[in-house]
Parts: sequence; C-alpha cells; structure tokens
Amino acid sequence: MDLKYSHAYECFREEVEAFVRSYWKPDPKAPKSERKAAESAFRARAIEAGFLYRSVPRAYGGSEQTPDVLKAQIIRDTFALARAPGEIPGVGVAMVVPTLMEHGTETQKQRFIRPTLSGEYLWAQGYSEPNAGSDLASLKTRAELVDDQWVINGQKIWSTFAQFAHYMFVLTRTEPTDGSKQAGISYLLVDLKQPGITIRPLKQITGGAEFCEVFFDNATTPRDWIVGERGAGWAVSKSTLSHERSALGGASTSVGLFDKLVELARRRQINGLPAIQDPTMRQRLATLKGSVDSHLYSSYRQLSMTAHGQEPGVVTLMNKLVSTQIGHEVAKIARDLIGSDLLLAPPVEGSAGGKTAGDEKWINQFMGSLGIAIAGGTSNIQRNVIAERGFGLPREDSVRP
Amino acid sequence: MNFLLSDEQLEMQRSVERFLNERCSSQQLHAAFDGPAEFDESLWKGLCELGVAGMLLPDTVGGMDLELIDLAAVAEVIGRAAAPVPWMGHVLGGLALQLGGTSALREHWLPKVASGECLATVALCESTATEAAESWQPEQWQQELDADGCLSGSYSFVPHATQANILVVGLHDGRLALVERGAKGLTVTPQNGIDRTRRLCHVLLECTPVTLLDGAHGARLRDAALVLLAADAYGGAARCVDMAVDYAKVREQFGQPIGRFQGLKHQIVNMAIEVEPARGLYWHAAHAWDHLPEQAASSAALAKAHLGERFLQAARDTVEAHGGIGYTWEYDLQILFKRAMFDHAWMGTPATHRSRVADLAGW
Repeated sequence: MDLKYSHAYECFREEVEAFVRSYWKPDPKAPKSERKAAESAFRARAIEAGFLYRSVPRAYGGSEQTPDVLKAQIIRDTFALARAPGEIPGVGVAMVVPTLMEHGTETQKQRFIRPTLSGEYLWAQGYSEPNAGSDLASLKTRAELVDDQWVINGQKIWSTFAQFAHYMFVLTRTEPTDGSKQAGISYLLVDLKQPGITIRPLKQITGGAEFCEVFFDNATTPRDWIVGERGAGWAVSKSTLSHERSALGGASTSVGLFDKLVELARRRQINGLPAIQDPTMRQRLATLKGSVDSHLYSSYRQLSMTAHGQEPGVVTLMNKLVSTQIGHEVAKIARDLIGSDLLLAPPVEGSAGGKTAGDEKWINQFMGSLGIAIAGGTSNIQRNVIAERGFGLPREDSVRP
Repeated sequence: MNFLLSDEQLEMQRSVERFLNERCSSQQLHAAFDGPAEFDESLWKGLCELGVAGMLLPDTVGGMDLELIDLAAVAEVIGRAAAPVPWMGHVLGGLALQLGGTSALREHWLPKVASGECLATVALCESTATEAAESWQPEQWQQELDADGCLSGSYSFVPHATQANILVVGLHDGRLALVERGAKGLTVTPQNGIDRTRRLCHVLLECTPVTLLDGAHGARLRDAALVLLAADAYGGAARCVDMAVDYAKVREQFGQPIGRFQGLKHQIVNMAIEVEPARGLYWHAAHAWDHLPEQAASSAALAKAHLGERFLQAARDTVEAHGGIGYTWEYDLQILFKRAMFDHAWMGTPATHRSRVADLAGW
C-alpha cells in the first residue's frame, strides 16, 4: 500500500505543472470573448501535449495516448488546482464521442468528433420522454425513412442545455417492436437548428432552466446519420449510459463540497458561537466525514485496481448512489447552518446575482442535490441496478422487459 | 499510487480464511459461544501456528516483522468469521511490550507471545473514572503507581483476562505497565459480556507489583486498537451484507425468491452502500498508523467510529431482512450482532471518537 506516486509519475506531474504554468495565464479582467479564445488556445496546446482526450486518436482531434489511469488522474488534479480548462464538460464528450468511437462510421467520426472535443459542437441528449423515464425502452418518438432522410415525430424531455446545443443524439423507434420494447430503436444524430424542431426550456425548482422539452414535427436528418445498425440503438445507447454514471460519481466533488460545508460552519453561528464549535454540529460533520473519506478511499481503490488491470466490481455501480447520499446529507447540514436564510430566495444559478449573494446560495445545493438524485437514473433505479447486476438478485416480474 | 492490499497480504487473508472455514464451522462457533470456556483453545492454537499471534513482532523473537496493515487485513477475516479467539487483546498486549518493554523484558516475553505460548491482553478502560466512555482514552487515564512501584485500581472490559499470562494496563499520562498472572493483589472476575466470542473481565489490583514500560505509548496503542476494531467491523459488516443477499436468493414467499421484491432489494442495497465503500477507511487508518504519523490518530478514530456504527446498523438491517430466523439464537447472525455491539462500544463510542476527529481537524 502506497498513496504516493512513484518517481516516474512525480516527474510526469512536474511536467504537467510546468506546462500549465507556461501556458495558462488567465486574465479575469479580459472581455468574455478573449477569455473564451484563451481557453480554446490552451485546450489545443494541451491536446497537442497529450494531456486531454487521451483515448481519442489524433486523426479525430484527440491526443492518442497509451491508457494510464494514474497519468489521467494527475492531469485532472493538476488542471483542477490551477483552474485550467480541461476536457469540455457535458454529454458531447462524455457520451457522443465514446459512442461514435465504438459504433460510428468513419465519415461520422471525421465529421463530429473533432468539433465536439474543441467545444465548437454542443450536444443535447434525446432519451427521456414524458411517458418514458425510468422505463426508457417504452419510448414512442418515431423516425421513418423517406427517400434519403429520416423524418422524426415525437417529443423528448429533460434534455440538458438543449437550448444552447447544436446537435442531439436521439433514440427513436424505426422498426417494428418484434415482441421486446428494446427492439426496433435506432440511435440518430440530429441537427437541432431546423424548422421541424421546437425547444422549450423547462423552469426547474431552483428557478433556473437547465433542461428542455424538445418537440419533433417532421424534423429531418440524413439517412447516414444513424449510429450503429437500424434497430440496434438500445445496445448503442447502453455504452454511453454507463459512461454517464461513472462521470457523475466523482469523489473529489464530494470532498470539495464537504470542505465548503466546513467553511460555512466556521462562518455561521449557533447559539451565539461559531457553529463549528457546537457539539451536535461537530458530531454531524465528523459523521459525514466518515462517508466522504470512505468515498474518497473507495475511489483510490478503484483507480488502483484499474491501473493494475483488475475489475473493481460491484462498487463501481455504487458510486452514483454514494455521491447522491453525501449530497443529501450536505444539504441537510447546510440547511441547518444557514438558519433563517432558508427563508430567502437564492440567486438563480448562472445569473449575475450569484457572486454577491449570501449563504442563501446553499439553497441551490439543497434543491440541486435532488436533481443529482434524479439525473442519469433515479436513486431507486440505481438500487435496482446494484441489486440485480451487482448482487445477482432476480428482476421483479412487473419490470421485466 | 497503489491503494490495494499486496499479494502477500491477500495470501495471508486467504490462508486464515481457509483455516477458519475448516475449523470454525457454525456448529463450533455456537458451541464456543454457549460454552463455559473463555475461548476455543484448539482454534486459537491453530491460528497461532499460522503465525497470527506475532505478526507485528520482530523476526528475532519469532514474529513476522509486519505492519499494522497486515494485522488489519487479518482482523477483517477474523471479524468476518466471528472467530472466538483472544487475538485482538493478545496482539495489542504484544505491541505494548514491543513499544515500551526493556530489552530484557522483550527477550523474556516476546518469543512466547509470538508463538502464542504465552497469552497477553490489555486493560485500557479504567473503571474508577466518573465518565465511563472517557476512561478508555489514554488522555483521561488516572492510575498512578505508589512509592513502591505498586498499583491499586480497577479496570473493566478486559478481554480473556482469566486466561491471560500477562496484562498491559493503562496509567496516568498514557503510560503503560505490565502485570503478570498470579501477581500479589491481582483479582480477575469474569463479566457477563454480551459478545461471548470475546469474553470480558473485571481486573482489580490491590498494591500489585507491576513493571512500568518505557515511554508513554498509550495513545499509539489506542490508535492500533481502533484500527483493528474498524477492520474487524468491516469484516463483520461485509458478512452481514452477504448473508442478506444470499438469503434473499433462496428464501421463497408468494412462490418466488424474496430477493425479487424491490422493497427488500432496496433495503439490502442501502445497507451495502454504507459498507462496501468504507473498506478503505480501515486500510487508510492502518496505512497512516504505519507511515503517516500526522494522520494516524484522526484516521484511526474516524475508521473506528464509522465502521463500528456501520457494522451494528448492518447487523440490525440483516436481522430485519431475514425475518423470524434472523431473530433466533441458533442462527449465526445473533453472534455477528453481538460482535457488532462489541466493536461499537469497546475502546469508546462513535460519538467519543467523532469528537476527537473534530478536535484533531482543528474545527
């Protein structure tokens, strides 16, 4: 057991740190367009140096490095520490790129991967429908091949940032069901900027609007923008769902959240004393620290196992639920720390008021932790997945496909 | 970065596990639990032959010269099996001698401790202090030797003291002293402990001659005890999860395995996600005790508080997941349940150690 990195990896860390020092010189006072350009330029250099998109071939805009989870971790840590731009967040890089790498045609790879990695193309997910949530395979949006185009009709929902996206990956029904709900679904790529598509942001419980309803009314997409075979979309989408789940489970997010909570407890008061001195609060924080440290060390273990070519097993299925539980507990403690500020409306996320707001901004975490519990598969669905795929318990008859 | 047990550590776990599977069947476990003997002598002898009695001791005395992480890995396996052996008190007693014994004392006792020929234990809970939970902590110990180097005082919750040849007792300022069986004024009285796999005794000393150990290693010894308890608790808790999963697959009601029902699935998963990811807490605490001195006390306290609590909750949840059979004396679960109570309370409650975590974090 050794929590330190070996000399070779420490040398690599120095190399990454030197790179970041040389090329990442943010100017917070510069206009937004200049800052965006500086980020893009840095990102391009980082790809060139082999630090971003390591699993994507150079031909498609990646840096094509030998897989090494420890190097990847060192890069993430170093970039995060310097607040340097890393890989573009969101479903494009997390879901579309790996799906295209696995199932896409050469033309699709050439056409879509590079601009997605650079952030030029933003993507939205077209999976859930009003009547197909946890039971995703019962989706009803249809696509029909007319001449050289797919003609799409139906409705998608909970598409994160669809209002800003250029393209969507959509699960549609193109073939007869053939007995099973999963059969007959195809995975299509669609340009969102067309008359047949209406996007309506949904105002959510926080007052922000991060996701949208997307209506398809004879929308079209080229015949060859299908990923994988006709009717094989369910299998194609499966690989991307697991990508999303692991991406949501970050232990470092939990650690960061906990540190901020401790700062809040130092700042707030209970019975006229700093809340951090309140015996009950100290117990609650120490109890939560047990869960946060567990999550962190569990991630070290998973990282180590992957680095040694071992399969971490059931624990990988637990990451999202573990993060979610920590988020809930942080929310409860923060709620009690901010006291009467719970009566105030928090700043709408992403709005200008965020910077000047007081501790009522924790209300966004209080509500947002519920969003985490729902997005990417609700907690109860996570429990089914852990029980069935992790422990081999039988599926309930009523939810059989 | 290699946060994994080594091949040697995994092999040690497997060999102890194989031995316990063979020699500590459910029947033998219940016999030991219900029987009059303080522990299962033949089981203990067999374990000592595997070397577990002297893992932390130098090879010059017949030990294995290993680290606390190696012991903790074995503690997990012993906890999983609920083995009725005096291992934990014994290795802690040996550690105290190793830390603070003069060379003469070490040469005399440690070879016999390493082989298991001599049984050691530790008396770390002063029973004279007013607040019971606090008296486990070396910072609170009060006992002092008199002018003649003799000790008068009493200790509670001392494991297997009626059989032990030597006892290490805690003193003021976190110092430690050695008491030999048969010493003048030493009275050992069995307590009616809840966990009959780890029998407890009350120890009374009246002007008893003791040998003061060098230094003040009480806190270091306490931290090692917390790590081993945390590891034991992880092993027990993981066994509870496995028992609940296995039972859900075989028990049928309404014409189907009960594990098909989401109500039970979710109950089991809620328990499992509190246990499986927490394994690293005891690994980290052991590693910190071995190599990261500035984190050792806090990490040990956190691991013991967290895993002690999680084991007890997992045991309760597993009883519930089983229904009636889980509530019976004849089922193994009742023994794990009581070991969970031991791990929760011995060396101080989760609340005590969480307060220490808060103090050590500078909150």
